[in-house]
Amino acid sequence: MKMRTVEITVGALMVAGILSLLMLALQVSGLSHFFREEPGYRIKAEFANIGALKVRAKVSVAGVVVGRVVKIQLEPETFNATVWMAIDPMQVDKLPIDTRASILTAGLLGDNYISLLPGFNETEFLREGNNISIGNTDSAVILEQLISKFLAGQVSASKNTNNSQRDQ
Amino acid sequence: MILIKRMQLLGRSGLSFMGDIGRASLFLYQALVGKPDWVHGFGRLVQQLYSVGVLSLIIIVLSALFIGMVLGLQGYTILVKFGAEHALGQLIALSLVRELGPVVGALLFAGRAGSALTAEIGLMKTTEQLSSMEMMGIDPLRRIIAPRFWAGQISMPVLALIFNCVAILGGYTVGVEWLGVDTGAFWANMQSAVDFYADVMNGIIKSVVFGTVITWIAVFQGIDCPPTSEGIGRATTRTVVYSSLAILGLDFFLTAVMFGET
Repeated sequence: MKMRTVEITVGALMVAGILSLLMLALQVSGLSHFFREEPGYRIKAEFANIGALKVRAKVSVAGVVVGRVVKIQLEPETFNATVWMAIDPMQVDKLPIDTRASILTAGLLGDNYISLLPGFNETEFLREGNNISIGNTDSAVILEQLISKFLAGQVSASKNTNNSQRDQ
Repeated sequence: MILIKRMQLLGRSGLSFMGDIGRASLFLYQALVGKPDWVHGFGRLVQQLYSVGVLSLIIIVLSALFIGMVLGLQGYTILVKFGAEHALGQLIALSLVRELGPVVGALLFAGRAGSALTAEIGLMKTTEQLSSMEMMGIDPLRRIIAPRFWAGQISMPVLALIFNCVAILGGYTVGVEWLGVDTGAFWANMQSAVDFYADVMNGIIKSVVFGTVITWIAVFQGIDCPPTSEGIGRATTRTVVYSSLAILGLDFFLTAVMFGET
């Protein structure tokens, strides 16, 4: 075996090792998302509560994935959450301006995702940087809150029946 | 009387065990401590990196691919029952980065590179190449052992990193491309679950420890083997057995120290 070949293959091994470390750092442990931009135009939506929505969650229209969540941040004045979505123009490029956005859950224990329900405006469409205001969005349904509300309802209901029984 | 004989036997084996450890440590110290020879040492190191690292690459990559694919398949069939197949990425990445990558990589490395090191050095000893080096005034420990030891220690973490990546890509192929887990959910769950310092770095530390232990056992068994053909065979077997046991035992301790308190 010539020394040259040996040195080249060892160099390739080292490069492969460094590339693997980079992949583990960037892609697997998610140290940064800066290197890859999601394709498509950006729109944003304001939600009162996003539940467990994560960056890179899917955005769907009628169940078809048309984009991804790219950024989530808190509005400092209103304390609402602003979710930036990248929508693929190949899938849908004319979303009416009165489109409704809701955060749904895939299955009972699944991930949260955003479902867009197109509105009826046929002249104005969502463009790069447009906002879906908080009046047009539905927050995530948080199971724990539902359960606690349900339990509270039960308790008050049983109190009422108790009271009515006592009255009689 | 028989009790005393047993005691004597126990004492003898204990003494010889401690003696082995002492000789192995002394031997490593002699091989590594001293003024390094940068000019010639580097060339020898590259040569050993080739035979220890590059030649182990094929078995590492192939096993990683299949292990990743099996993890993807098994994880999917179990998770889909709970409707949680989007957590597949997290399952694959955490189990690989924390445990399977370093441990399975090290076991393969011990079988592929450790046994080769022992056999090579053992044959050098049997054919009296080491003694003739001493005759010529060359220290065989510095010349033969040191580059092999460093090569093993450097290649093990590199191979473990490659193992992790290839296996994750294998799991991705099965989970996302074949079974239809959502791509975004796969990577997003993985990224939110895997921490670079706590998981990836600890995996690398593990593989450095395993690399040290494997090459140490391999070169010591090589230099310590009885100079017969049977002796070489036994030493090679011992290398694989001892290093596999050492890997699995040390892995438990390292895991307990790294991930135990949470």
